[in-house]
Amino acid sequence: MSSTFPAPALATVEITVNGRAYRRAVEPRTSLVDFLRETLGLTGTHVGCEHGVCGACSVLLDGDPVRSCLIFAVQADGLSVTTVEGLAPERGKLSALQDAFCESHAMQCGYCTPGMLIACQDLLAHNPQPDEAAIRDAIGGNLCRCTGYQQIVDAVKLAAGAPAHG
Amino acid sequence: MKAAPFDYIRPVTVAHALELLAQHGPEAKLIAGGQSLVPMMAMRLARPAVLVDVNRLDSLRGIAAGPGTVTTGATTRQRDLEESAVLRGAVPLVGAALRWVGHVQTRNRGTVGGSFVHADPSAELPLAALILDARIHLSSQDGGARVVPASGFFIAAMYTATGETECVTGIDWPVWEGPGVACAFEETSIRHGDFAMASAACQIQLAPDGTCRRAALGLGGMASAPLAFPDLAEALVGRRIDAAAAREVAEAAVSRSEPGTDLQADAAYRRHLAAVLLTRVLLRAGAAPVTALAA
Repeated sequence: MSSTFPAPALATVEITVNGRAYRRAVEPRTSLVDFLRETLGLTGTHVGCEHGVCGACSVLLDGDPVRSCLIFAVQADGLSVTTVEGLAPERGKLSALQDAFCESHAMQCGYCTPGMLIACQDLLAHNPQPDEAAIRDAIGGNLCRCTGYQQIVDAVKLAAGAPAHG
Repeated sequence: MKAAPFDYIRPVTVAHALELLAQHGPEAKLIAGGQSLVPMMAMRLARPAVLVDVNRLDSLRGIAAGPGTVTTGATTRQRDLEESAVLRGAVPLVGAALRWVGHVQTRNRGTVGGSFVHADPSAELPLAALILDARIHLSSQDGGARVVPASGFFIAAMYTATGETECVTGIDWPVWEGPGVACAFEETSIRHGDFAMASAACQIQLAPDGTCRRAALGLGGMASAPLAFPDLAEALVGRRIDAAAAREVAEAAVSRSEPGTDLQADAAYRRHLAAVLLTRVLLRAGAAPVTALAA
């Protein structure tokens, strides 16, 4: 017996990701994070809870951090997205924040890391010298199930003190 | 945890959005920030056949100061409210409430109108609106425009006065004129930014002698909708808000609440929290420094 489900209607979207424009046909129910990972193959952004609690899927949308599981790709049509793949200044290099994460061992399993980097990148963009309370507030929407928060706080402090190179 | 299929329409005018709501009735759902709706769709608690995206309707967005009120368009982002000096100055309780709303990632998308129509019993902006008796503007194709006071808007958990073909278009926040206005908002949750187990808020205006000239207060998460207590607030007028007065009001307020029990907190613990939080906010706002009174 053939399926009685109709083929889903597709919508065409144009989304700029890490400076490169992509034009793709998507189902309206495709979340932005699924678009990034499955349609574009940019798997750096992680999917955790898929209902806006864990923060693993954080990306910058027109420069502001958002949860890409809580936005449908059709809603991002015409907008600009920065993912963890877009944080490094050039191929083979890391941003000051990424370097600091390595230096401070601010990751254990690494699952929350892309979201943490996006959250902290936004913090440093608005507040280059954050105190500990501001850092904790900025990562308050991102869960680390390894509970390695202290090293993440240390990494942001290190990055804030380091000369910017990216 | 993927949303069920739906048709997506992005209307170009408010009239077009209202037409789509009239056409599709309960099958359609408006989406703005989507920070409450999308999780519900992901969990299949909501399955709209048609999603009407009002994000790009500029006329629904913005913050405008008028005589005695500040009006926020329905799709104004929570982050924009947070960053508005006009709103924070004129309606300080909104700024105090926003400190507890979600996380920066959700405030960048979440809208004031979305918080209102979702109507979670522990939501902060609805509590602030109820306490101040904000006015909610609604519009539909067939019914035209109407205004509902917050006291008649929040009916029960996730249930408001909004009709199924209506759209919230804006909120008028009353401005308390004159010196000596202070406010406070506090809540307790498992993790900062999560849903509150209990919350308490108040706005107080003090006379130069330090007695209360005007007060408004309420509790969130303590019933199926936020609670305000205008009679208890009125009883504070003319009094100095000391520990005894604050405790008395807080206990009277809590005695009228009907908190539920869940995995995080039972009803008795919620009552305890609410009494502590309301006492604390009353003392904080009611003990504004003399310099603030002169401002």
